[in-house]
Amino acid sequence: MRKVMTGNYASAYGAKLARAEVIAAYPITPQTSIVEKLAEFVATGELKAKFIPVESEHSAMAACIAAQTAGARTYTATSSHGLTLMHEVLMWASGARLPIVMTNVSRAMAPPWSVWVDHMDSIAQRDTGWLQFFCQSNQEVLDTIIMAYKICESTGVMLPAMIIEDAFILSHTSEPVDVPEQQLVDSFLPSYSPDLKIEVGKARGFGSLVKPDQYMEFRYKAMLAMKEAHDRILRVEQEFKHVFGREHGGLLERYRCEDAETVLVTAGSVAATAKDVVDALRANGQRVGLARIRAFRPFPHDEIRSLANKLEGIAVLDRSYTFGAAGAMFTEVKASAYSCQKRPVMKNYIAGLGGRDITPKILSRIFEDIQVIAKRGAEDEVEWVDVAGLPRRWR
Amino acid sequence: MTKSYQEIPLTPVSDTPSTVNLTGLWRVMMPVVDKGKCKKCTICWKFCPDVAIKLVDGVPEVDYQYCKGCGICAAECPSKCIVMVKEGEQ
Repeated sequence: MRKVMTGNYASAYGAKLARAEVIAAYPITPQTSIVEKLAEFVATGELKAKFIPVESEHSAMAACIAAQTAGARTYTATSSHGLTLMHEVLMWASGARLPIVMTNVSRAMAPPWSVWVDHMDSIAQRDTGWLQFFCQSNQEVLDTIIMAYKICESTGVMLPAMIIEDAFILSHTSEPVDVPEQQLVDSFLPSYSPDLKIEVGKARGFGSLVKPDQYMEFRYKAMLAMKEAHDRILRVEQEFKHVFGREHGGLLERYRCEDAETVLVTAGSVAATAKDVVDALRANGQRVGLARIRAFRPFPHDEIRSLANKLEGIAVLDRSYTFGAAGAMFTEVKASAYSCQKRPVMKNYIAGLGGRDITPKILSRIFEDIQVIAKRGAEDEVEWVDVAGLPRRWR
Repeated sequence: MTKSYQEIPLTPVSDTPSTVNLTGLWRVMMPVVDKGKCKKCTICWKFCPDVAIKLVDGVPEVDYQYCKGCGICAAECPSKCIVMVKEGEQ
């Protein structure tokens, strides 16, 4: 059934359709309406689940870890400072190999205090061993939650996943969303039954101490699982398409890239604006395209490499900045393209921090810039876009 | 003996409780209870972070297999009936 709903409600419906059995969460702007909606579903009996209100995000994740260890399918949602407060237990969730699914409404980190979108919070958690999916639309948020459970709960993976929706641009903006029938979701997503869990009457310790002679083997297994997740994402999306008739682009969505000379790589909701810009520039005869990083972990290295092989220039737009280095997406894209026969010119654009709009005009200028420097060779590797006080005009 | 990654579970799981580790060996200072001075307030029993104090008729009995000698019981005891003595000098 098609409904008009916010990204946050799409998250709540995704968790409900996936039949999450335990939901533990702490409210934070702009995530709050996700768990409010889920609390309502539980209160009205529409969703048979245990709802645990907790005193912090650290506790929310700890509760999910405990419930998931006991064999329950769990869900939580958070944002920015809540996510970073979870940092320690995010590591625990992945190390304990618990396929928890969480929505992070991506929001800038303070100070300066901000409630608006950028990706710093999510990017700061990239090494926690979670799969990370950046979404472009509310439909994708709902669909990815359902797919994530299936991907993560498969035997070869058993890792947690973070579904990232941009603060306000998706979280509080209403779009038409197809809410699939419960029966259809049930046929796609079987119930969760892990091989290893806490069992009554069987005393066992989980995540216990291992000495240096055994630690690396456990980390090696998690590494293999992340590799397996790459293939599983593609396979599950094909199954999803077969059942629901839609897909969202695998790990790297490529839009009009077939004969492109220059491509913009980015993630999140700005990709939707960029597609319109690509269409406009294509109508003017410019051979440009868009590649949207949908999965940041596992990173689509092979996809980027095969794309980069055919390109003259790549612009990477990061909605966050790693101080002392560059945008995290840029660093990864560059590493992927290093082994190309003929390396394209690459440049990093830092834009849209703290919720600043990335307008079609700004995106057009980025395309313009990358096309010029692709011919000439790059001079600045990283450029901050639309910063008052800098000489270049973007608006 | 290191097991290959294929032989191990996803995450370390132990079938034995952590009480197999006799932490009493860590002790430098040991608590000694003067049972005659004890007022049976049970504060030492409540405060012991290692559950190494058992109560016998309300009077503390230290389980020296697990007591790490942190001294919290001695510090909290209002009637000063627990004193910390260097291990081996009691």
